[in-house]
Amino acid sequence: MGLEEYKGVFIFAQQVDNEVSSIALELLGKARDLAENLDDKTVTAVLIGSEVGGLVDELAEYGADRVIVIDDPELKEYRTEPYAHALASAINEYKPEIMLVGATAIGRDLGPRVSARVHTGLTADCTVLEIGDFPLVAVPGKEDEQKHKQLLMTRPAFGGNTIATIACPDYRPQMATVRPGVMQKIEPKKGAKAEVVNYNPGFTPNDKYVTIEKVVKEVSNVANIMDAKVLVSGGRGVGSPENFDMLKDLAALFKGGMVSCSRAVVDSGWMPKDMQVGQTGKTVRPHVYFAIGISGAIQHVAGMEESDIIIAINKDENAPIFEVADYGIVGDLNKIVPELTKKIKAEQEAKANA
Amino acid sequence: MDFQLSKEHQMARDLFRAFAEKEVKPLAIEVDETHEFPRETVKKMQKYGFMGIPIPKEYGGQGCDPLTYAMCVEELAKVCGTTAVIVSAHTSLCCDPIMTYGTEEQKQKYLVPLAKGEKLGAFGLTEPGAGTDAQGVQTKAVLSEDGKEWILNGSKCFITNGKEADVYIIIAYTDIVEDKRGRKQKKFSAFIVEKDTPGFTFGTKENKMGICGSSTYELIFQDCHIPAENLLGQRGKGFNIAMHTLDGGRIGIAAQALGIAEGALDRTVAYVKERKQFGRAIGAFQNTQFQLANMATQCEAARLLVYQAADAKANKSYYGVEAAKAKLFAAEVAMDVTTKAVQLHGGYGYIREYEVERMMRDAKITEIYEGTSEVQRMVISGALLK
Amino acid sequence: MKIVVCVKQVPDTKGGVKFKPDGTLDRAAMLAIMNPDDKAGLEAALRIKDEDPENTTVTVVTMGLPKADEVLREALAMGADEGLLITDRVLGGADTWATSSTIAGALKNMEYDLIITGRQAIDGDTAQVGPQISEHLDIPVISYAEELKVDRAAKTVTVKRQFDDRYHILTAKMPCLVTALSELNEPRYMTPGGIFDAFKKEVTVWGRDKLDVADENIGKAGSPTVIAKASDKVAKGKGEVVTPDSPAEAVNYIVGKLTEKHVI
Repeated sequence: MGLEEYKGVFIFAQQVDNEVSSIALELLGKARDLAENLDDKTVTAVLIGSEVGGLVDELAEYGADRVIVIDDPELKEYRTEPYAHALASAINEYKPEIMLVGATAIGRDLGPRVSARVHTGLTADCTVLEIGDFPLVAVPGKEDEQKHKQLLMTRPAFGGNTIATIACPDYRPQMATVRPGVMQKIEPKKGAKAEVVNYNPGFTPNDKYVTIEKVVKEVSNVANIMDAKVLVSGGRGVGSPENFDMLKDLAALFKGGMVSCSRAVVDSGWMPKDMQVGQTGKTVRPHVYFAIGISGAIQHVAGMEESDIIIAINKDENAPIFEVADYGIVGDLNKIVPELTKKIKAEQEAKANA
Repeated sequence: MDFQLSKEHQMARDLFRAFAEKEVKPLAIEVDETHEFPRETVKKMQKYGFMGIPIPKEYGGQGCDPLTYAMCVEELAKVCGTTAVIVSAHTSLCCDPIMTYGTEEQKQKYLVPLAKGEKLGAFGLTEPGAGTDAQGVQTKAVLSEDGKEWILNGSKCFITNGKEADVYIIIAYTDIVEDKRGRKQKKFSAFIVEKDTPGFTFGTKENKMGICGSSTYELIFQDCHIPAENLLGQRGKGFNIAMHTLDGGRIGIAAQALGIAEGALDRTVAYVKERKQFGRAIGAFQNTQFQLANMATQCEAARLLVYQAADAKANKSYYGVEAAKAKLFAAEVAMDVTTKAVQLHGGYGYIREYEVERMMRDAKITEIYEGTSEVQRMVISGALLK
Repeated sequence: MKIVVCVKQVPDTKGGVKFKPDGTLDRAAMLAIMNPDDKAGLEAALRIKDEDPENTTVTVVTMGLPKADEVLREALAMGADEGLLITDRVLGGADTWATSSTIAGALKNMEYDLIITGRQAIDGDTAQVGPQISEHLDIPVISYAEELKVDRAAKTVTVKRQFDDRYHILTAKMPCLVTALSELNEPRYMTPGGIFDAFKKEVTVWGRDKLDVADENIGKAGSPTVIAKASDKVAKGKGEVVTPDSPAEAVNYIVGKLTEKHVI
């Protein structure tokens, strides 16, 4: 493998229903940042889908210098095999130094398959990406063996209890899936244009192509909790699905406020799976996260601990949620939450009238 | 001598513990308060073979040893005394005597569905006028003239699984003989009685202090006709069958008592770490620490006796003394440990939500049923002085 | 029909993650359990077997230290037919790439119609090994199965899976690989008798020589990724916890903080 043949930072520009996913723009932001520290500063987006040419300009505005468009009717709805074929072929053809994929459901399905196909390492669910040396500190006497300008990929494991930094020094591309909501998009540059490369490796259905019987969009998914600025999140302690109305009232007071929940609530059938925060749900990073009647199992905490401000209300003073909360209140949520809603409303009205 | 559980036993214990925590514990308070028999739990236990643990596989059981069975009762009792005694009464007092004394036909007809858990078993010896003193038994069985049926009359009281069971082992006297000194002695026999046999009805449901969900009923027999082939073991050997059955049952009750004690200890340890008084966790006080040390030691000693008795049942033809010692000690440990657990919980210990008061109520019966502590002392001392 | 289920033994994080005084993970202090997603995968396989026990075999495969034999015994006690332990010192230190190529190297020497793996392990959280195995075997993969149906006659598997905001119902031809979510089902318990039988059974143990995989694709040497630094998470500083005397006091406290932080 001629490592030096591999150049530039590539991102997988995930689109769903011909709309660019937020993660693609986040990846572009990070790719720009990484490219600044590399010799080849080109950022390339690999756009895979059917009739997706119209999305090129948006990718350009968010930082893509070049967009490789792989457009084919077989690529209309995401399926592992044609997408893996598309991305793996693009990698083999264009030889990126770094390949970033979102750690979304699609990306976490696609990434491993592609990494196995192109024979390179893949680091899952990264939260920090940097360019640096590997080993981090040169082994004395072997200074010349230290590699520079390597992608250092940091990821949590054990439900967020440990972190590790991973490198991929001898294989290319250096590949990572990146946790959504962690990287920052750049301020879009209106009117920016990217070089467009149309590429089609050919798609011949084989046994690895699965048949799509049905795609059902969930109606409940009106907005995404990952986009919320304020989350009022309830756990089993809320007591009943009806009591979630209380949380909805509170959330409604904030711009970008939404209700979310813990896994226990989804398991009880009180809220749809879309609203679940945590390891098996979504990772959220709102400005304010209210944890109401949530005990704070590590699987839950893993999905919300990056929130700017965490406020926990729980009647159990020993609830682990208090370990991560910035402000913890031991008390009865049924009494506190309605009062809180009333008070904030009054404060907001007072300010509006002032 | 090996004090280390085998890998199989460790895994079995993990299984029982996981099942108890997930399936049984969440219902324990409700079972206690409503006095409802936990039918759904029994169905689940049936599914996983818990209703026939020490019964050979060819008879629908799991083919495990008495220790595995005792660990099951122990783990269930840690979270719910009611559920534990349901399994114990079914297995030790109904499955076991059929396994030991039943004919092949009886085993096929009754033991197989019992061990599979498709049917639930119970055992009736105690009567209003006969508890510890078996000679007081008034229930009588008379063979019909054609020799085809036994006709049962009398009543049994305090019967665990009373109204829920499908198959009952009933002890009745069938003959009266004179002993050497000319005193009249009743000779007993054991019978297998099916629910819904004409003449078999239920009397009062007992309103109890503890193990509230275990369906304790009075059984009434009025000209109840039982097929002759349902005589269990030999005619006149019913007393031996009952005593031998109770020897096994005591291991189950000892395991139940042990589990109750351990459950109370677990909760107390968790509580004293949390509960603060005078600015410190109460676990930081030496009184608490010493009490806990005693409780833990008592539990450990009880466990060794219970496991030893279970081992004796597997390997010895007579294990009555080991069973009596285990039950005597474990029951008294259960009472003592749960009482201390309530005390260490303070006011909260007296509140239902904290569950140790239930454990204290549940513990008391282990000193009473299947032979009171006094009876156990008689058994033990009898062996010493014989 | 032959089903192979891949399982991993992982430390149980339910009671909290335990660390040694030096800050590294204390694996010995945590119980070792069957990874929850894998257990759901096993349950799915056993349910397929329940439909036609005579014509279905479930083989459970794990790779790890000899101690991983425990999860195979557990799987056997739940109802699996056979267990295979892949263990060899030369396989140590493998990343997901080398792990998947190693397991694929074992699977190449086995018969299978359906391979089920868990979506991800609770220790690594990568969700990579399942799809990578399918790639090494050149068979289709469907990840994140929440429902699973097998059509034995048509030799297909139909899976319902959630993908962000939508459900997909997908059909793949067998042989194929499906990754299972713990949401897929509620795994059955073992039976007491099953446990004792499980320990009487022979578990197959395969070392490196039994695997159809090149030397350069196993173990640490076959792992493209390398750990540059492993450290424990620096916990966020503990905030404050208050126990107000009344709801009003609690509300004033929260509103005060929100105002301070310019939220309201």
